[in-house]
Amino acid sequence: MERGETVLIDLNHGSGAALLRAMPWLTRPRRQAMGGWSALAIFVALVVSVPIFVVFGFVFVPAGEVWRHLADTVLVAYVVNTLWLVFGVGIGVFVIGVGTAWLVTMCRFPGRALLEWGLLLPLAVPAYAIAYSYAGLFDYAGPVQSGLRGWFGWSRGDYWFPEIRSVGGAAVVLAFVLYPYVYMLARAAFLEQSVCVIEIGRTLGRSPWRSFTSIALPLARPAIATGIALALMETLSDFGAVQHFGVATFTTGIFRTWFGLGDPAAAAQLAALLLAFVFLLLVGERLSRGRAQFHHTSRRYRELPRYTLSGSRAALAFLACALPICLGFLLPGGQLLAWLAETGGDGSGGRLWGHAANSLMLAAGASAIAVMVALLLAYGVRLNPNPVAKGAARVAGMGYAVPGSVIAVGVLIPLAWFDNVLDGWLRASFGVSSGLLLSGTIFALMFAYVVRFLAVSLNTVDASLAKVTPAMDGVARTLGMGPAATVARVHAPIIAPSLMTAGLLVFVDVMKELPATLILRPFDFNTLAVHAFELASDEQLRAAAAPALAIVAAGLIPVALLSLAISRARPGRAQAEVRP
Amino acid sequence: MTAETTAPGLLLAGVSHRYEREPVLCGLDLEIARGEITCLLGPSGCGKTTCLRVAAGLEPIQEGRVDIAGAEVARPGFSVPPERRRVGLMFQDYALFPHLRVIDNVAFGVRDGDKAAKRRTAMELLTRLGVDGYAKDFPHVLSGGEQQRVALARALAPHPVVMLLDEPFSGLDRRLRDRVRNDTLDVLRELSVATLLVTHDSEEAMLMSDRIALMRDGAIVQSGTASELYSRPESAFAASFFGEVNVIEGTAQGGAVATPMGTLAAPYKDGCQVSVFIRPEGLSLEEKTEYEAAGAEAEIVESHMLGPTCLVRLKPSAEIGSLTARVNYTGLWKVGKRVRIRLDPERSFVFPASQEM
Repeated sequence: MERGETVLIDLNHGSGAALLRAMPWLTRPRRQAMGGWSALAIFVALVVSVPIFVVFGFVFVPAGEVWRHLADTVLVAYVVNTLWLVFGVGIGVFVIGVGTAWLVTMCRFPGRALLEWGLLLPLAVPAYAIAYSYAGLFDYAGPVQSGLRGWFGWSRGDYWFPEIRSVGGAAVVLAFVLYPYVYMLARAAFLEQSVCVIEIGRTLGRSPWRSFTSIALPLARPAIATGIALALMETLSDFGAVQHFGVATFTTGIFRTWFGLGDPAAAAQLAALLLAFVFLLLVGERLSRGRAQFHHTSRRYRELPRYTLSGSRAALAFLACALPICLGFLLPGGQLLAWLAETGGDGSGGRLWGHAANSLMLAAGASAIAVMVALLLAYGVRLNPNPVAKGAARVAGMGYAVPGSVIAVGVLIPLAWFDNVLDGWLRASFGVSSGLLLSGTIFALMFAYVVRFLAVSLNTVDASLAKVTPAMDGVARTLGMGPAATVARVHAPIIAPSLMTAGLLVFVDVMKELPATLILRPFDFNTLAVHAFELASDEQLRAAAAPALAIVAAGLIPVALLSLAISRARPGRAQAEVRP
Repeated sequence: MTAETTAPGLLLAGVSHRYEREPVLCGLDLEIARGEITCLLGPSGCGKTTCLRVAAGLEPIQEGRVDIAGAEVARPGFSVPPERRRVGLMFQDYALFPHLRVIDNVAFGVRDGDKAAKRRTAMELLTRLGVDGYAKDFPHVLSGGEQQRVALARALAPHPVVMLLDEPFSGLDRRLRDRVRNDTLDVLRELSVATLLVTHDSEEAMLMSDRIALMRDGAIVQSGTASELYSRPESAFAASFFGEVNVIEGTAQGGAVATPMGTLAAPYKDGCQVSVFIRPEGLSLEEKTEYEAAGAEAEIVESHMLGPTCLVRLKPSAEIGSLTARVNYTGLWKVGKRVRIRLDPERSFVFPASQEM
C-alpha cells in the first residue's frame, strides 16, 4: 500500500467505507470542526454582557443637569447609607453565620440536627418579604408597640422605641435573611477541615476556644470571606427592603431617577457607581482570600469529635442557633400567615392567580433559556478548551454580581435605542410605526433574567458536565458511538438531573426578582413580587401577605435541595461510599 | 495467507503530533503483531498517552500514518473516527459509565443482536473475568479491582482488533495488582488482539509484555524484549531506566576504560569522558584475603536482607563514592566487614559522559 493512498476497509461490517469515501468531512478530526460552536458561544457571551458594558459606558458620558442635581442633593446620602448597610450587614452575617456554623459542626447539644437544617430556612425569605412583616410588627401601630403601650399604660412620646424604618432596621432585617450564605460556606469549611489539624492544636496546648480562633477560623477564612461577599452583593442589589423602609440607596435612587425624573442617563450613571461598589466588593473578597488557597494537608477524615454540651451551656447553644431561625424565618413567616388568615386568603380581589400565572410563565421561560444557554457555553468550553471560550463563559456569568436594577437599566437603554432607530427608519421609509418592539415587552424581561441568573445555571451545568470525564468520551467513541450518540447515551443521562436542578434554581430566583421586573415589565403586567411591592407601598401590608407567602413557599424548594446536598457533602462520608 | 492477516494489528509510522504548536510525538514508529503485547514505557510526559490516543483516533496526526489490521486509519488531514476503528480502550480511572449497571456498561459497545443477545455477550465476558456477580450493580459499589475487570470486559466486548490500555493497573494496590495483571494477560493472549499497554513502571513492563518500546521525548529510543533492553541497553537513558545502576565516571584510553574494579571495553576516542553503568547484580563480593590483587577493596556500610538476595552498600577505598551490590544472601556480608568487589562486564555498560541520562 502506498503512503497517502486512501484505503478504507470495512471495519464495522457495514457500509461505512462507502459513506466515508463519499463524505470525507465525516472523518476530519473533531477539533477543526468545532470553530462554529465556539464562535456561537462567544457571540452569546457578548450579547449577555451587553447590559453591563452599556452601564459601564455611561461613566464616560458627560454629566447632565439631573446628575448635577443628584450629586448636590442625595448622592452623599446614597453613599453613606450604602456604606452603613454594608457595614452593618457584614458584621451581622459574620457573627450569626460563623457562630451558628461553629456550634452545629463542633458541638453536640439537643436539637442540633434539626437546627443544622433549619438555619438555612431564612434563605427562602426575600428581603422585601421580611421587611414588610417587620414593618408591620414593629412600627407604631404594630402589635409590639401596641402591646407595650397597653401593658405599661404609655402613650405616644412616653417611651423610646427603635425606628424600624431606618438604615439600622434595614441592616438588621437583611442580616437575618442573608446570614445563611456565611453559615453554609463556613459550615462546609469547618466540616472539610481534617479533625487531625484541630487535634494537633489541642495537643500543642491550645484550649478548644483557642484552637478555634487560631486554627479553624483562619483555615475557614477564604470560605467565610466568600460567604460575606455573597451576602453583601445581595445587600447592594436589594431594592424592596430599603425602598419600604425609606432608606435612600443607589437602587432606590436608580428607580427614582428613571421613573420620577425620567433621566435614563443619570440613572445609568448611578447604576455605574453602584457597579463600582460591587467591583470593590469583588476585589475585596479576592484580596481577603489572597493566596490563601489552603489545601488539605491530611487526607484522613473521621467523624468530628463534637464537644458535648450539657445543662445551661446546651440551652444557650440551642438558643443561639434557634434565634436566627425565629427572627429570619418563623417570625416574618408567621406574621405573613397571620395577615393571610385575617384577610381570608386573597386580599387583592382575585387578581392573585393572574399574577401567579405571570410569575410562573416568566420563571419557567427564563429558566429554560438560562439552562440552554448554559449548555451552549459549557459545551463550548468542553469541545474547545481555549482561553477565549473559557473567558466567554466567565464573562457570561458576571451578571450574578450585578444588581437587578443595574441590569434593568443596561437592558432598557440599548433596546429602547434599537426600537427608536427601527421605528424612525420605518416611519421615514414606509410611513408606518413599529412601536415598542423589544423594550417594554416580555422579551426585555427574559433577557434581563438570563443576564442576571445565567451564572446560577452555568455553575450547575459545568459541575455536572465535569462528572462526564473526557475518558468516558474516549471509551464511548471507541465502543462505536459517534459524537451524537455519545451525547445521547452517555452525557444526557448523567447530566439530566443537574439540568433540572439548574432550571429550578433559576426558576426560584426569577420568582423572587423585584427591581428588574419593576423597571422592565410591560405596561399593566404584574408578577407576584411586583404585586406584593405595590400593595406594600400602598400600606396594604395585609393584602401583600398572600403573594409574599407564595414567593416564600417557592423559595423553600432550593432550601430543601441545598440541605440535601450539604448533608451528603462530608468528604469522609463520600469516600466511604465509593470504595477505592 | 491474505494481506490482512499478515499485516500487523497496529502500525504507527513516522507519526508526529503537536498540541497547540507544542510537539508531543516526533516521528514515532511502532508495530504490534496480533496476539502480541507491547508495553510503551517511559517517564511521565514523554508522550505515551498521546501515542495511545492517536492510535484510538482521539487525536489527529500532523505527519506519518496509522494502520490498523493493514488498513490506513489516519494520515495528515484524515482520520477514521474512533467509533469505526475497532479499538478497545481502557483508562487508568476505568471511566465506567456511572449511570449504567455493570452489565449495561459491558453491553454498551456490543454491535450485534438484540438487547438480550447483547447482554448475553456481556454476561459471558463478566463470567470469564469472574465479576458476573456484580452484573446488576452500579459501578460505584465495586472495588478498584472489580472496576478494572468490568472496564476490561467492556473494552473487549465488541471484539476489538487492537486493545489500548493506559496505566490499567496503577490504581490498584500492590498485591491485588499482581493477580489482576495475570488475569488480564490471560484474556488478552487468548483473544489474540494486538495490545498496546502504557506504563511508567519498568517492572510491570517486563512482567506484562512480549516486547517493550522505550519512549522518550515523543519518540521510541529502543524496542525489544525485556531481556534485550535490560542486558543490552543502547543508551544511558535505557540503562538507567531499568532498575538502579551504579555510575562511575572515567576516561577512555586505548578503547577501554579503567575502573578500580577492573577494565571495560570503551570504543571511543582517547580522552573521551565516559560514564560506566553497573547494575547492582553486576558487582560480586569476595572475602578479603591477604594476597589477592584483582578487584577493589571496600567496607560494607549497610546490609539489607531481601529474602533470597541481599542489598549491600559499600564504601570503596578508592575515590569513587559508594556502590550498591545485590548478591545472594549468605549471612556473610555484615556491616563493617572489609571485602573485595569484582565487576561482571556483561552487566556493565559504557556510554559517553555527554549523553544525557
